[in-house]
Amino acid sequence: MHELVAPGSLDAVLELLAAEPGVWTPIAGGTEIMVAHAAGRLNATKLVSLWGIRDLRFIQVATDSVSIGAGATFVDLRRHAELCEFWPLMARAASWIGSIANQSRATLGGNLVNGSPAADSSPALLVYDAEIELISVRGRRRIPYCEFHTGYKRNVLAQEELVYALHLPRRFSHHKQYLRKVGTRRAMAISKVALAGTALFNNGVNGEGVIGEIRLGAASLAAFPARLLKTEQTVLGRQITRETITAAREALLAEAAPIDDIRSTAEYRKRVAANLVEEFLLEVGGRGAKP
Amino acid sequence: MLVNGETCTVHVPPMKRLLDVLREDLRLTGAKEGCGEGECGSCSVRIDGELVNSCLIPVVQAEGAAIQTVEGLATNGVLHPLQECFLACGGAQCGICTPGMLMAAAQLIERNPHPSIAEIREGLAGNLCRCTGFMRIFESVLAAATQTRNPEAGRTDHAR
Amino acid sequence: MSTTAKTRIVGASVPRKEGIDKLVGRAVYVDDIEREGMWHGATVRSTIPRGRIRSIDFDPRIDWSEFTIVTAADVPGKNHIQLIVADQPCLADGAVNHCDEPIVLLAHPDKHKLREAAAAVRIEYEPLPAVLSIEESERMDPIIWGEDNVFKSFLLEKGNVDEAWAQAAYIVEGEYRTGAQEHLYIENNGMIAEWSATEGLTVWGSLQCPYYVHKTLKSVFDLPDEKVRVIQTETGGAFGGKEDYPSTLASHAGLLAMKSGHPVKMVYDRMEDLAATTKRHPSRVRHRTALDKDGKLLSMEIDLATDGGAYSTLSSTVLSRATLHSCGPYVCPNIRVRSRAWATNMVPYGAFRGFGAPQAIFAMERHMDEIAAAIGIDPVELRRHNFLHQGDQNATEQLMRDPVILDQLLDRALAESDYYARRERFVRENATNLVKRGLGLVTFYHGSGFTGSGELYLNSLAGVEVTADNQVRVMVSNTEFGQGTNTILTQIAAEALGLAFGDVVMAPPDTSVIPNSGPTVASRTSMVVGRLIERASLQLLDMLRDEAGLGAHATRDEFFAACNRYRAARGEVKSLSRYEAPPGIHWDDKTYHGEAYGAYAWAVYLAQVAVDTRDYSAEVEEFWAVQEVGRVLHPVLAKGQIEGGVAQGIGYALYEKVVWQNGRMANNQMTNYIMPTAADVPPIHTIFEEIHFKHGGYGAKGIGELPHDGPAPAILNAIRDATGVSFNAIPLLPEDIFARLAACQLQEEPAIK
Repeated sequence: MHELVAPGSLDAVLELLAAEPGVWTPIAGGTEIMVAHAAGRLNATKLVSLWGIRDLRFIQVATDSVSIGAGATFVDLRRHAELCEFWPLMARAASWIGSIANQSRATLGGNLVNGSPAADSSPALLVYDAEIELISVRGRRRIPYCEFHTGYKRNVLAQEELVYALHLPRRFSHHKQYLRKVGTRRAMAISKVALAGTALFNNGVNGEGVIGEIRLGAASLAAFPARLLKTEQTVLGRQITRETITAAREALLAEAAPIDDIRSTAEYRKRVAANLVEEFLLEVGGRGAKP
Repeated sequence: MLVNGETCTVHVPPMKRLLDVLREDLRLTGAKEGCGEGECGSCSVRIDGELVNSCLIPVVQAEGAAIQTVEGLATNGVLHPLQECFLACGGAQCGICTPGMLMAAAQLIERNPHPSIAEIREGLAGNLCRCTGFMRIFESVLAAATQTRNPEAGRTDHAR
Repeated sequence: MSTTAKTRIVGASVPRKEGIDKLVGRAVYVDDIEREGMWHGATVRSTIPRGRIRSIDFDPRIDWSEFTIVTAADVPGKNHIQLIVADQPCLADGAVNHCDEPIVLLAHPDKHKLREAAAAVRIEYEPLPAVLSIEESERMDPIIWGEDNVFKSFLLEKGNVDEAWAQAAYIVEGEYRTGAQEHLYIENNGMIAEWSATEGLTVWGSLQCPYYVHKTLKSVFDLPDEKVRVIQTETGGAFGGKEDYPSTLASHAGLLAMKSGHPVKMVYDRMEDLAATTKRHPSRVRHRTALDKDGKLLSMEIDLATDGGAYSTLSSTVLSRATLHSCGPYVCPNIRVRSRAWATNMVPYGAFRGFGAPQAIFAMERHMDEIAAAIGIDPVELRRHNFLHQGDQNATEQLMRDPVILDQLLDRALAESDYYARRERFVRENATNLVKRGLGLVTFYHGSGFTGSGELYLNSLAGVEVTADNQVRVMVSNTEFGQGTNTILTQIAAEALGLAFGDVVMAPPDTSVIPNSGPTVASRTSMVVGRLIERASLQLLDMLRDEAGLGAHATRDEFFAACNRYRAARGEVKSLSRYEAPPGIHWDDKTYHGEAYGAYAWAVYLAQVAVDTRDYSAEVEEFWAVQEVGRVLHPVLAKGQIEGGVAQGIGYALYEKVVWQNGRMANNQMTNYIMPTAADVPPIHTIFEEIHFKHGGYGAKGIGELPHDGPAPAILNAIRDATGVSFNAIPLLPEDIFARLAACQLQEEPAIK
C-alpha cells in the first residue's frame, strides 16, 4: 500500500525530506509515477505531493535570464510569451511531451528528476546553458544542468534535496536554434533520438564564415541526456564545408553510445543523429534544404 | 471537489486515482479506463478547465478543484454543439473514446473558436480512436466550431 | 425489387441508433456495471511458452481463505473452448503450450488484494523445447500438434501450372511477410458472470457473438440451452478480437462465480489484454508467376503459410479466406495455391478484420508491383490488363455473374488523385529533395459472408416482432460494436415496413430473447442478415394483409392497428426468416472450387507516401479509397468503416509491431505498441460506386473488412516508387528502412557540394 501526503507548502515538504531522508519520494504531476503505480512497479511506498505548491510553479523573466520553477507544467511553458520568444526550443520541447492532457500535468522538475535518457526537455536545456538550482532545508545551490545527471537515472540530488528551478541565460537571440525529435509517431511518442543545437555563425567578409559558438544536446544517445562535446569541438571555429560536416558526422558516430532497446536500435539512433547534426549545420551555414 | 457544478465529498485514500473516484465513488462512469498509463485519453476530464488524464491523478491533488466530465457537457438536457455534431457527422462509432474525445474537443474549441484541421489534430492527438480513423471526428469538431460561432442555428433537446 | 426501388430511410445518414447514449456518457460498458455482492477475478498465467506444470504453490503470507481459487479440476463439463476444433483448454491442465496461458483463477471482493495474491501464486514448470515461428514448426521437430504441426492445409488448383512455365516470357518470384497485429480496441476484454443453482449461468460482457459464447458455456458447465444466458454489453471496439476470446473469459468468470457463490467481474487491464489475447496471424507468402510477353498472367504458384499459435482456434477459416484471396482480382488460367496453418507455441492467433485476406492481398499486390518492375510495365496497366470482368472465372472457377467495374474504379482513382501528373512531379522533386515521395496503387476484392456453404451451415434465423406496446424490434444475434449494426438493421426494417426510423429498435442482445442469426463477422451483417430482416419485414406485412386486414398502402397508424388485431388473434406479432442461399451457389469443399462467396466487394486503393531520408520514416500523406460495395445503406457509417479500416491498415504497414521475447509480447503497453494518432492519419478520400446486389439487404454487400485489405500493399508500393527499394515485409519501421538504405550506400555523401 502506498502512502501519499500533501503538506501543501515548500517548507513543509523540505522539512519532511530532511526529517526522514530517503523515505519520501516527491510526486509532482504524476505522469511518470502513476504509470509505474498502475503497472505494479512503483517501489516507493511513501510519497509526498508537490502539486499545487505555488513557490515551485513560476516563470520569471529578468533582463538577462529566465527562471523556470520545477513545478511549472509544460502548458505553462507553452503559454509564456516571452519564454517562447527568447527560448523557443523550450516551448517546442514542451509541445512534444505526451499529449495536451499530459502537458497540463507534467512538470519540468519531474521530467528531469525522472531522468530518462529520452527526456524531452533536456536537450534544449543543455544547449541553452541552463543552470539547475537545488533546494533543501540547508539552503540552495546551483550547478550547470549538464552536470546534473551522472548515470542512468542517477543524478546529484542529495536525499533531502528537491529541484527548485532552472535558470536560462538570455543570450541566444542571434543564435541559430534547432530542435528535432525522432519518435515512433508524430504525437505521444517517446524519443528514439532527439537533437538540440544552438550556434553562432560569424559571417566572414568574403563569405568564409566560421562557427563561433556551438552547443549540441542529445537525448537517447547515452545513459542520460548530454552535450556532444567532442562533436562540438570538431566544428568549432571552422567553416561549414563538406569536410567539416563529414568530420562532425564521424565524431558523433564515435561519441554517441546509444543502446538497442524495445523502441529502436543503436545503429539507427547513431545514423539518424548524424543526419540531424548535418541538417543543423546546413541550416547554420544557410544552405538548409527544404522538403 | 466540485464535479459538473455540484459539490461532492468523498472519503477515499489520497492515492486513489481520480478516474476510480469518479467511476466508483461518484458513479460517473462516462470517463473510461483504456490503458491506465495516460496514453489513450479515454479517461480525459477537465480540472479547472484544463484537460487531464484522470487515470494519472491521485485524488488528493484534485481536492478543491472544479472538475468537468462528459456527464456535464450537455446543459439542462440540451446537447452541446459537439455532441450534436458528433451525432450528425459520425464522430462516435463504438463510443468508448467518445467521452474523452469530447472533453478534448470542448477545450480545443473553447480556446480556439476557429481551429484549422492541423490544430484539431494536435488538440486531439492524445485521444486514441481505433474505430473512426479520425476523419469523421475532425468533421464533427469543425462543424461544432462553426455552430458555436453561429449559435442562431438552433439547438435540439435530445438528452432525455 | 428492393435493390432498385427508391428508398426513404435506407441510403440516408440517419442518426446512429444508440448515438446519444454514447455521447452523453450513458452507454453502459461492462466495466460500468456493478452487481450486488460482486467480486473481482484475476488470472494466473504461464510464464513459459511450453512445458509441464510441476507444481502450483500458494505463498502462505496471503490469507487464501478469503479467496476463491479455480483450476482445471473445477470445470464441471468439458475443459475446452468450443470453436472449430475443441483443442484449446479453458484452463491449462498439467501442461502449457504458450506464454500467458491461463492456469489458475482467483476471486476476491478487493481488486487490489487480488493483484497481490496473483503475484503470490508460484508455479514450477518443466520447460520443453518451444516452437516460435513458421520455420521452426515446418521442421516438425518437435511435433507440438497433431501428426505434423499443421492445423489445416488447402490445395487449390486450376488448369495446369507445371506446363505453363515453359510458355512463359517472364517468370517472377517473391516472398512476402506480415507480422502479428493487435486489435487495440480501446475497451479491454471484460465479463461479469452470475451463477445460480436454479437459473444457471448468466454472463454480461464485451463480445461480438453471443451464441459462440453460449455454445462454449453450455459445454464447459454441462448445461442445457435454457440454463445459459449471454448478454452483450455496449462493446467498445472489437475488430474480430472479441469473436472467440470472450468464450474463454466468460468461462473463467463463470467458474469463479459458480465456486465463490458471488457475481464475478473480470475486466482485463491493457497489459494483460495485449499479452494474453488473440492477434492477427503472421504470414509468409511465396509467389512464382509466369507471364506472356504482353504481361498477361499465365500461371501463379503460391505457397502461403500462417502462424496459428498454440491452438487451432480460427486458423482453418483464416487460412481458407487467405487462400481464396491469394490470387487477386485477376484472370489467370493456371493456378496452384498450397496453404498451411502451422502450430507454434505462440499465443493463439485469431480473427482480425480481413481474416487472412490482408495477408494474402499484401503479398499479391506487392508482387504485382515487383512483376511490373521486373518486366518494365506500368504497374497500373499491368493490373488493368489482367482484371477480371463480368463473365470471367476467378481462381476457384467462380463465374463473375454480376458486373465487375474494376476499370471504372481504377479510372476514378487515377482521376481523383491526378495520378500521372502527381507521379511525374515526384520524380522531378525526388532528385534533389531529401524527402522522397511516391504513389502506390492496389486493386483487390473481398468476399462477403461466410465461404462456400458456410452460410448454409450457419443456418441463420432473424426477424422482427411488434411488442404489445407497439414497439417494433429487430431480432438478431448480430451485435453493435461501432460499425453500425443497430442503425442499418433498423433502417432496413423501417424501410420495408413503411415506418419511421424512430419506430424501430433492436431487441436486446440477450440469448434468452434473440434467435441465432449467426456471428457478427465476415462482412455478413448488411448483406446476409440485412436481407433476412428485409424479407422478414415484408413477410410480416404479408401476414398482416392476409390475416389482419392491412391495406395495400397502409399508414403508420393502420400498421399498428393491424398489429393489434393480429396479436389479439394470434398472441404475438413476429416474423422470422431463415437463410436461403442465392440460386446457383455451388461449392466443393474438397477441391476448393465453385462459388466461394455470394458476392464480392471491389476496390482500388492509392497511397501517397513520403520517405524522409534523414530519419528514414515513411508517412502516408494522402490516401484514396475507391470501392463498390453494393448499395451504400448509410453514407456516414459507410465512410466511417472505410476510414477506420484504412487507419488500421496504415498501422499494420508502418507502426504496429508486436515485439516478441521468447514467445511473450514484450511491448504490451500502449506506450510501446504504436497505433497512429490524430496527428498521424492522412486525409482519406473515400469514394463509392454503387451497383446494387440483388441478394443483399436492400442491395448491400459487405463492407467492414474490405478497407483493411488495401492500405499495407499500397503503402509499400508507394515506398518502392519513392525510393526504388523493394520492401516486402510489414510492419516496416524506420529502422528497417534505414537498414536497407544504409546498405544501398545511398547516404554517404553530405548534401553540400
